[in-house]
Amino acid sequence: MHPTSRAFRANATAALSNKTLQQAMANLGFRQKRLEAVARLPEFDALRDQARDIKNHTLQHLDFYLEAYEAKVRDSGGQVHWCRTPEEARQTILGICRSLNARSVTKGKTMIAEEIALNPFLEENGIAPIETDLGEYIIQLRNEPPSHIIAPAIHVTKEQVADSFLEKHAIYGKTRRLTEPREMLEEARGILREKFLRADVGITGANFLIAETGSSIIVTNEGNGDLTQLLPRAHIVLATPEKLVPTLEDVSTILRLLARSATGQEFSVYTTVSTGPRRTEDPDGPEQYHVVILDNGRSAMLGTEFQDMLRCIRCSACMNHCPVYGAIGGHAYGWVYPGPMGAVLTPSLIGVDQAGALPNASTFCGKCESVCPMKIPLPKMMRHWREREYERRLSSTVSRYGIALWAFLARRPALYHLATGWAARVLGRLGQRHGNFENLPLAGGWTRFRDLPAPEGKTFHQAWAERPLRTQDR
Amino acid sequence: MSEKPRVGLFVTCLVDLFRPTIGFAAVKLLEKAGCTVEVPASQVCCGQPSYNSGDKADTKAIARGVIQAFEPYDYVVAPSGSCAGMIREHYPELFADEPALMPRVHHLANRTYELVSFLVDVMGVKNVEARYPGVATYHDSCSGLRELGVKEQPRALLASVAGLAVKELPGAETCCGFGGMFCVKYPEISNRMVADKAADIQATGADTLLAGDLGCLLNMAGKLTREGSTVKVRHVAEVLAGMADAAPPIGRKRQGP
Repeated sequence: MHPTSRAFRANATAALSNKTLQQAMANLGFRQKRLEAVARLPEFDALRDQARDIKNHTLQHLDFYLEAYEAKVRDSGGQVHWCRTPEEARQTILGICRSLNARSVTKGKTMIAEEIALNPFLEENGIAPIETDLGEYIIQLRNEPPSHIIAPAIHVTKEQVADSFLEKHAIYGKTRRLTEPREMLEEARGILREKFLRADVGITGANFLIAETGSSIIVTNEGNGDLTQLLPRAHIVLATPEKLVPTLEDVSTILRLLARSATGQEFSVYTTVSTGPRRTEDPDGPEQYHVVILDNGRSAMLGTEFQDMLRCIRCSACMNHCPVYGAIGGHAYGWVYPGPMGAVLTPSLIGVDQAGALPNASTFCGKCESVCPMKIPLPKMMRHWREREYERRLSSTVSRYGIALWAFLARRPALYHLATGWAARVLGRLGQRHGNFENLPLAGGWTRFRDLPAPEGKTFHQAWAERPLRTQDR
Repeated sequence: MSEKPRVGLFVTCLVDLFRPTIGFAAVKLLEKAGCTVEVPASQVCCGQPSYNSGDKADTKAIARGVIQAFEPYDYVVAPSGSCAGMIREHYPELFADEPALMPRVHHLANRTYELVSFLVDVMGVKNVEARYPGVATYHDSCSGLRELGVKEQPRALLASVAGLAVKELPGAETCCGFGGMFCVKYPEISNRMVADKAADIQATGADTLLAGDLGCLLNMAGKLTREGSTVKVRHVAEVLAGMADAAPPIGRKRQGP
């Protein structure tokens, strides 16, 4: 996926005036549902501490757990493929598909596949990728990337879905424009059922990899993941190293947080554990079980100030609660991961020179950190990216000079007070008539949308120095 | 009277420049609560503008000035959750690589408070002698709320203001879109956030908006006047100190001749 993160501000501005998008984003129910789910679980906060500690421990000993995991996958008859780059991961997947003469591939929801732009790559190589998560299916029809990590079509209205179905389902003889979500679901399900049965390979992501058993876990609400991984001849799990968790017990701790943080469910409808290919006594399952583990810059985050980001379990609570994400939606962020987690992760994966705007697009209101089940200090890491950007002189010249000038004064109190005393007097006098400014030179960013309240006329320090002694007697 | 705690008032750069009345209201409240208040003249700013722009070196230089200026006091109090949060929560992080300075950093951080929470939690103030006729709604500024736990304290004191009714603001904990430099770096997004906030404020029917941070107040007041709203905007300290007559509401002209 070609990043457009450098055009973040233009993307965001377009999103704000996109009426259809604003209509689609108007009623995000996630916040209230999370709030209610958390209120029903008194130990929620204690679980957050436990979950954080589990992941911290795992990351501390990641080499050990990765090797233990690979050994267990091998024991169960599966195979682990280590890939450093998106290209290595794409080639590995293509190799597996080719070895099976695969024509079509069903896919459960995986953000890593977005990260490596798998669908266009498979298409170029004559293999049809079929998204089976309803949201992913919708945006595949619309030829769009996801705008949210668990609700990929959250930016699409019901009417737009109906239009896409009418246009793309005509080839299946479906020519009636649908109006009810239920009908749309049933139509998509009918079409997908056929494709599930014909697919040669199924690709899923993984919410967790378990070192103790060599298993992968996916959590879904539609059951599409199970059909994706059980019906074809091969199941490919596409994952990244930080999905690792030591034991099943550890996973069950984190699972208690995941769905509650994401959708406000106590548990997602399906929690599917896969271990190796089909055994002789199994009624069904794939003949081959492959795990493709893509690093793509993640190991370089270990030991840095961005390591905590590797605790992320992709619940989406941060973006669901982010006022910036809520205003502009996910596409404005310009790459795979939107919202606060994207603002931290994207610069790590594609470079702060590409994605520097994202960690700047935050008021540091702290809501994301307060709802993160893994207690990831997202604002702090966004600030670290701003520091990297500043060190490398990537931030805009205007803002750099502005800050430098301000800091020059702020480091010299006498000079600073002289300057602010003058500014307060001049602005105070100019603003006297209305009490505010409708526009002011150099303050266009402020006054374009709001008035600037006028200063009172003297600084506090001036007024304090001139105060009659009575203030001390009160 | 040597028992009186000695408080260094951290005025904050915005209050200093835009609205000294808030500083005087803070002094009045602190003195009333039994403190001796001093205002170190060498103070400037907590350093957030450079800190949040990634300029760590300048921030440290500015923070060193704050550490020095406020060394002698029993407490440091700011009429802002954002600035108090910077000193309390972020200075220790900022100087994490300078262990020699850490004792002084922690000494300052541990004694620094946001004004209203200091009055209630440290000085045990339960009510104020003030009168403000009207209906107010209260916005919880992000840093004070999430970094310092300022939530109930202003509501508790406002409940003792004669003539005042407080109506809760739906979405009171949602950011107003100020965010320091954010509001001028991403004015379109900031505008959307403050427009939503202004709509929520006006929907309460309150005649006054109060909050504890001047940055947010300037942002919300500026939006409300731009939209032609009659809602009066003030820092909570002005009302608690009974000083609403000392200055017109934020962004309004002085009445009379």
